[in-house]
Amino acid sequence: MKDKTMTQSKISAKGVQVHYADTHAIKDVDVEIADKEVTAFIGPSGCGKSTFLRCINRMNDTIGICRVTGDIRIDGEDIYDPKVDPVQLRAKVGMVFQKPNPFPKSIYDNVAYGPKIHGLARDKDDLDQIVENALRKAALWNEAKDRLHASGTGLSGGQQQRLCIARAIATAPEVLLMDEPCSALDPIATAQVEELIDELRQSYSVVIVTHSMQQAARVSQKTAFFHLGNLVEFGETDKIFTNPEDPRTESYISGRIG
Amino acid sequence: MTHKSLLTVDALTRKRNTAEKRFKAYGLGAIIVAMIALALLLTSVVSTGSSAFKQTYATITVPLPAAKLDKSGTRDLAVMKKVTTIGYASLLRDGMVATVEELGIATDLNAKTIGKMLSKEASATVRNAVLADPDIVGTDMEFKLLMNGRIDGYFKGRVTMESAALDGNTSPEELQLAQALADVGVVDTTFNWAFLTAPDASDQRPEAAGLGVAILGSLYMMIVVLVLALPIGVAASIYLEEFAPKNRWTDIIEVNISNLAAVPSIVYGILGLAIFINFMEFNQSSPLVGGLCLTLMTLPTIIISTRAALKSVPPSIRDAALGVGASKIQAVFHHVLPLAASGILTGTIIGLAQALGETAPLLLIGMVAFVREYPAAYTPDAGLFGEAATALPVQVFNWTQRADPSFVERASGAIITLLIFLLIMNAIAIFLRRKFERRW
Ligand SMILES: Nc1ncnc2c1ncn2[C@@H]1O[C@H](COP(=O)(O)OP(=O)(O)OP(=O)(O)O)[C@@H](O)[C@H]1O
Ligand SMILES: [Mg+2]
Repeated sequence: MKDKTMTQSKISAKGVQVHYADTHAIKDVDVEIADKEVTAFIGPSGCGKSTFLRCINRMNDTIGICRVTGDIRIDGEDIYDPKVDPVQLRAKVGMVFQKPNPFPKSIYDNVAYGPKIHGLARDKDDLDQIVENALRKAALWNEAKDRLHASGTGLSGGQQQRLCIARAIATAPEVLLMDEPCSALDPIATAQVEELIDELRQSYSVVIVTHSMQQAARVSQKTAFFHLGNLVEFGETDKIFTNPEDPRTESYISGRIG
Repeated sequence: MTHKSLLTVDALTRKRNTAEKRFKAYGLGAIIVAMIALALLLTSVVSTGSSAFKQTYATITVPLPAAKLDKSGTRDLAVMKKVTTIGYASLLRDGMVATVEELGIATDLNAKTIGKMLSKEASATVRNAVLADPDIVGTDMEFKLLMNGRIDGYFKGRVTMESAALDGNTSPEELQLAQALADVGVVDTTFNWAFLTAPDASDQRPEAAGLGVAILGSLYMMIVVLVLALPIGVAASIYLEEFAPKNRWTDIIEVNISNLAAVPSIVYGILGLAIFINFMEFNQSSPLVGGLCLTLMTLPTIIISTRAALKSVPPSIRDAALGVGASKIQAVFHHVLPLAASGILTGTIIGLAQALGETAPLLLIGMVAFVREYPAAYTPDAGLFGEAATALPVQVFNWTQRADPSFVERASGAIITLLIFLLIMNAIAIFLRRKFERRW
């Protein structure tokens, strides 16, 4: 924690435990996520990356059997404090889900929904501008600009995923959680999204779950390696990929487990 | 291993294919049986009931002498009302006899019998016309008047010369006269609007009986059911499905709702009788009480179908909405409900259709009463929908109990009307489902 290069911490989690009924999905995880940085979560399937990500915007609240304990703070405020309204939290912490889930409405309405309910647009032109910017950033504008009023569910899987990214950034969150945002994208769209992530880093803190080691190495400054619900190793991306401390990390990134 | 050709079907595949064929044959058989039953039902109802939509009328000129109808000579309604329908009946008889003589139709029938060929309702028709417009007294007016049920039956093929010979209420001579009058156009069978608008009539005048009060009563009840059951049912479902904690209490409630849907409808009648009539002292036989009973009966159907519709909306849509910072209520009302709308509406309309065809609970709360007066939507002493009325299925039940064979035709006609209403409601359900259907 005394690391000089460490920027100011945006999210700090201590002793986080998550149970799904009898499944112990996250075991005593401590992590510090810095502001204006990209943090990558990597690890084998089922190790709890999505679960931990969902703790940060309290989406786990919606799962009846899910129990979260421990301490998670954003800007020093305990987000599990009874005084915290999860709705307000989620406006601040945007999320792109693992499976693309556009609303069965028009592309425009998908993106405009968040700004509308949060009162971010002053008028129609303003809203149009927000929608356009979000779609541009998500690298969807060129494909979508002529069919803004066509249904979002009529897009291809990869386009839907970018639409969900556009929807998440349209509400101008401070933290963006992305659960495998490029899993359905071709290399060109992936590159565009990675560019976007890099751009977002200027103003937000971004957490990205990915199964691609190259992607983690390319976009993130910090990397967290999860294994069976444990946070095995967390630190500078360069260090994790070149000189991991834990043997499990090493075997995972070299492709021996997972 | 030997090479297996794809061109020969092996034993296992053959077995599978026969099983599949057998299953298809069973299914097809079941559907054919159902279609035959439906076709039989429809033909029998339509063949006996369609004639209810036609009615035989005589267009004759009736003298309205002031000496008889307005003894005071002042057109004072109080005085004029003293002349009853019996007084008018003789005028109608004179009109009929005069018409027959004028046309030079030879008949052995006496004047009294000729007069009776008109419906008992006809004198009431003329009396009402006179009381509505006293100035017509003293003139000769042309009226289109109902013929009696036997004559009407003759033109519809129900009554024949042979059956008339055995019938104390009519005779072949009367039928011959009616036929002669029909040949010159005095007697005519036309579309029977009165069947849809007139109130019920007594045993002696089936030709005058109509569904007006029953249709209005059913309509009032459907309004009550829709206004109460839809919002309550949808709100209850949304609460149970989206907000209620999943614990033992909600499980118990869920089981009870399913049980309520299976409770025989007559039980709701007993409940309605105890609560709405005996305890809350609403008027008996009123559409309000009927509607409340049917609301109780329809609620479980609406709740179950609404919950199913809400369940079928993928959870990822809720996640998506919550993920951009919508509140639970916003997620439900902006995203889940619109997607569930078609299912909810379909369920509601099916529930309404069920309620429309329900008889048993209405019998218990007295809606089987003989109602000659239109119920007013609102009266100060009865409140909204608080006046006695009847309902379509109850009217069917009521008419099938009557002695005169003409009521059989009326009852079938009422069934046809009920079926048409049900068809319309189902068509609306299908239309709404198409309109609101969304893919995701
Ligand atoms: N809704 C749920 N109910 C019960 N158990 C769950 C639920 N969601 C996740 N789990 C369990 O929690 C553990 C972690 O799941 P999680 O989805 O976080 O994995 P993941 O690391 O995101 O995997 P992947 O890379 O495949 O997405 C798994 O064992 C999973 O079975
Ligand atoms: Mg995951």
